[in-house]
Amino acid sequence: MTKTGKQTWSFNKSVYIQSTGTAVGPLEGQGPLKDTFDKVYNELHCNEDNWELAERRLMLDAVYQCLQKAGVDKSNIDLFLAGDLLNQNVTGNYVARQLGIPLIGMFGACSTSMETLATGAALIESGYAKQAIAAVSSHNATAERQFRYPTEYGGQKPNTATYTVTGSGAALLSSNPSPVKVEAATIGKVVDYGITDAFDMGSAMAPAARDTIKTHLEDMGRVPTDYDLIVTGDLSSVGTPILKDMLKDDGYHIAEVHKDCGLLIYHSEQPVFSGGSGCACSAVVTYGKLINGIKDGTYKRILVVATGALMSPTMIQQKESIPGIAHAVVLAKGEESE
Amino acid sequence: MSDFNSKEYKKTSQGYQPKPAYFINALKAFIVGGLICVLGELISEMYIHWFGFKEKNAGDPTVATLILLSALATGFGVYDRLGQFAGAGSAVPVTGFANSITSAALEHKSEGLVLGVATNLFKLAGSVIVFGVVAAYVLGVIRFTWQALF
Repeated sequence: MTKTGKQTWSFNKSVYIQSTGTAVGPLEGQGPLKDTFDKVYNELHCNEDNWELAERRLMLDAVYQCLQKAGVDKSNIDLFLAGDLLNQNVTGNYVARQLGIPLIGMFGACSTSMETLATGAALIESGYAKQAIAAVSSHNATAERQFRYPTEYGGQKPNTATYTVTGSGAALLSSNPSPVKVEAATIGKVVDYGITDAFDMGSAMAPAARDTIKTHLEDMGRVPTDYDLIVTGDLSSVGTPILKDMLKDDGYHIAEVHKDCGLLIYHSEQPVFSGGSGCACSAVVTYGKLINGIKDGTYKRILVVATGALMSPTMIQQKESIPGIAHAVVLAKGEESE
Repeated sequence: MSDFNSKEYKKTSQGYQPKPAYFINALKAFIVGGLICVLGELISEMYIHWFGFKEKNAGDPTVATLILLSALATGFGVYDRLGQFAGAGSAVPVTGFANSITSAALEHKSEGLVLGVATNLFKLAGSVIVFGVVAAYVLGVIRFTWQALF
């Protein structure tokens, strides 16, 4: 493992994604990626008594799917890196209580998906773990109640708002060769351009995504077209054009290869305002459709840039702005391919 | 070509945001808010003609009925959709107030009756009550002083 440039880790010894697991809620299950998810619940409670339990159910499902596909018992997993959007990372903590795997709880808002994957890969590479699971979750109703209003409250939201994805994604990392390799990761800086509107997180996060992508390309000495796909987490239809124009100013033309998970996960006619958001947004798209794409040869190398709005309702009320962060991971075709 | 720096960003980013449809939104709010008031009128007439209320005191059971209907609509998951469509049209009438209380109660049911429901019941509506009481007090003092002087 070496540090490349300013903020990038290159994994020389090779770290691979053995398997992935995803579980989603009803709206995601009606979206264009419905066939790429392992488990779909057709109601938001996921057969549980409350929203928090529902979110835990989703994360447990994603982890078990992941273990089952790899044919590995949970007792052989050395580390569980987990995060979610709730205070005290409750979903990750309580799922870890049930799994009995040593836990590193992480928080990076919606960027946690790639934060856990990058950290997991670094720990595998350096030999501190042989097999590790990186998992994140978000749930529309738990997020609404924590960050905004009660779910049944009839407040009107503007079109710049995003819709928190209900779901969870998990990935099992190890150094055993598999079709999907983790090649590098760029850890992002916190970037804040002064956006204060909690209903416009796309604008708040775009500068962070720009910073991470630009730094990544500089660190690696690459151009956007070295990737078959540069995918951002949840910039939505507001943040996406901002990011493209920002990078164009920096001399990087990403329009041809760029997609946003928040726009991929739903049909445009679904009631999701400007697109999907939440930790699960980038996780279920990456660990489903994108990993499948690498396996079947559609993509040779992709850059997943998970974007996070480090938003706290208390800070917003104290007239603070919303800091953004973005972490990027390079996923590439592995050595052994079917 | 806009150039992006942290000072100008707030302004620059506004160019990328979809413009709120002010006219259509106001029209929807006007129609839905108006219809809620028409419903209130109908209920009020019903209490006057069928239950022997006077016009002066029919307001009390009317408000109670509207609150009940709104609470039911909240429980069935309809009111939040109406709110997204109508905005202020469904937020300003008493039904909006009932929705804010019922939705908070539903949301915090999982934390128990006392610390969950009772503590959080006025989470959203509390500010309305505080300012309502304060405004009534201030106006009361002004009126009292006015009457005492003239």
